[in-house]
Amino acid sequence: MKVKFLWIFLAIALIAVYSSAFTVDETEQAIITQFGKPVGQPIKKPGLYFKIPVIQLATYFPKNLLNWDGEPGQVPTLDKTYIWVDTFALWKIVDPLKFFETVNNLTGAQGRLDDILDAAVRNLITSFPLIETVRETNRNLTSLSMMVDQQKIGGSLGKVTMGRKKITLAMLAQAEPKVEKFGIKLIDVKIKRVNYVESVRKSVYGRMIAERQQIAEKFRSEGKGEAKMIEGDRDRDLKRITSEAYRTAQETKGKADAQMTLIYAQAYNKDPEFYSFVKSLETYERGLDKDSYLLLSTKSDLLKYFEQYEKAAAVK
Amino acid sequence: MAWDWEKLQQQKKSHGGAGPPKVDEMFEKIKGMRGKFPGGAWMIVVAIIIILVGSSCFFTVGVDEVGVVQRFGKYVRTTPPGLNFKLPSGIEKATKVPVRHIFKEEFGFRTLEAGVRTRYAAGSAYLNESLMLTGDLNVAVVPWVLQYRINKPYDYLFKVRDVNGILRDLTEATMRGVVGDRSINDVISKREEIAVEANVALQKELDEAQLGIKVVTIEMKKTNVPEAVQPSFNEVNEAIQEKEKMIYQAKRAYNEVIPEAKGNAAKTIKMAEGYAISVVNRAQGDAARFLDLYDAYKQAKNVTRRRLYLDAMQQILPKLGKKYILDESQKSILPLLNLGQIGGEKK
Repeated sequence: MKVKFLWIFLAIALIAVYSSAFTVDETEQAIITQFGKPVGQPIKKPGLYFKIPVIQLATYFPKNLLNWDGEPGQVPTLDKTYIWVDTFALWKIVDPLKFFETVNNLTGAQGRLDDILDAAVRNLITSFPLIETVRETNRNLTSLSMMVDQQKIGGSLGKVTMGRKKITLAMLAQAEPKVEKFGIKLIDVKIKRVNYVESVRKSVYGRMIAERQQIAEKFRSEGKGEAKMIEGDRDRDLKRITSEAYRTAQETKGKADAQMTLIYAQAYNKDPEFYSFVKSLETYERGLDKDSYLLLSTKSDLLKYFEQYEKAAAVK
Repeated sequence: MAWDWEKLQQQKKSHGGAGPPKVDEMFEKIKGMRGKFPGGAWMIVVAIIIILVGSSCFFTVGVDEVGVVQRFGKYVRTTPPGLNFKLPSGIEKATKVPVRHIFKEEFGFRTLEAGVRTRYAAGSAYLNESLMLTGDLNVAVVPWVLQYRINKPYDYLFKVRDVNGILRDLTEATMRGVVGDRSINDVISKREEIAVEANVALQKELDEAQLGIKVVTIEMKKTNVPEAVQPSFNEVNEAIQEKEKMIYQAKRAYNEVIPEAKGNAAKTIKMAEGYAISVVNRAQGDAARFLDLYDAYKQAKNVTRRRLYLDAMQQILPKLGKKYILDESQKSILPLLNLGQIGGEKK
């Protein structure tokens, strides 16, 4: 009989140990509650722990980084553009006791975070123009339109004074003190998506199309302009080349003519009369042919011997 | 393959036939042992427990993995690939983390079926992920792929609750930050630059959030403008082509004419030069001839004149068609000649 009691005692002891021991995972933290009321300090380090069985309960909370994903909402910016903003936040439960007392569980926390973060997001988005939410810095944007018109882009968009990062930091700063009382620490708030609402999107598309078409038109007109310029070049070059050639040719010819005249003059000046004699003879030789008739008088020098040879000598 | 299946069935049958008797034998043996050893049945239960506990004392870690061991939930060690031992389940727990495996997250599209011809899910379904505002407040469609691996198993397992969700959110936020600071043109034409910058920025975010993840690469897919706007973007490209075409056509017309004109000009100039050379040479020749003649003529002017005259006449006279010699005494020769008729006869 003694042996049997020992067995029973052992079994009870085992059950007691088993139901009083609990482990806390690396990702968890726990609080012990007794009839629903927290007892002692929260357990933040992982490992094996014990509690009083049956009357004490261990409640676990995640210790690691948690994600809050906001419902995308329609928000107007300062420049009255309606956009969809989808934000998310990273948070942790730093004080499980407070967390347990105020929001009780993750679902409860989610609800509180929704209220606080949505408000913070809305506040900050509405207090800045859209460009601040979209852009981070003032770095120069290269764009097709820039080639077309330099000032236009910089002028219409405006300067970025805050930028997305600072805006999200401001959201964080605004929401953080409000969640502290829930034992929650906000690590980061980020804008996941920003998009135009449907109606705005349509007009933006319209604008984008118009902008492109204007650029396309610019290119076409540039093409026409440059083609005309080349046509002009062609005309000018053609005329220049031809006329320059003509001028050079005339100059060359003129110089040659002058040289020729000089050469002839120098030579023929020795005896102009002899020149005309020789040239005349040459001209006769060249200018007269089969179709020419010649009437010769017997008085001429050529035929003066025709009649008689004596008289001719005398005449001379 | 049917015959293979049959064979298998046969094998199974033959094994099955041999199986049950063995089990029966075992029970018999156990029953037999009960008599021989006191508390034999307990021994069997203990043995089973020992086997169960023993089997949970080792685990194998794949080549591309590490094992993370927790004792009562608390992290104790990380084990290398191969066979590893731990305390039985309930005390120690091992989680395998594939640290060398490259994971892939797609944004703005999904691969339906990878292969030679990869199929992608319809773009519009995931448009929300890829639709972004650019720095010049235009709308761009930017799909991309994130490749990553787990580089800190401890952080990956314990520091973050929904690793995948946070990873996707952070990646989207980072990509939008990078795209938000660029013009639509940069987004379309400088994808490489965006990928590099997003990679650096995302790694910083991941390190801050302690996800234990290392970005391997961010690969940009084809960035574009929304479908509604695409025709107008194509129009710009077409206009650029058109512009070039017009310029080339004009250049063609230019090239059709100008080189020829240049040749013609050169020809004109060369001809003029030829003329000049010819004229001068002729003049010099004529002059030289004249001067030589003149020098000779000076020696005997009278007789040379006569000779030249008569020589010329000698040359001329045979060439002439008709010659008439008039005597001084006969004055009325002209009426006798019918000039027109002679011309006619000649023809």
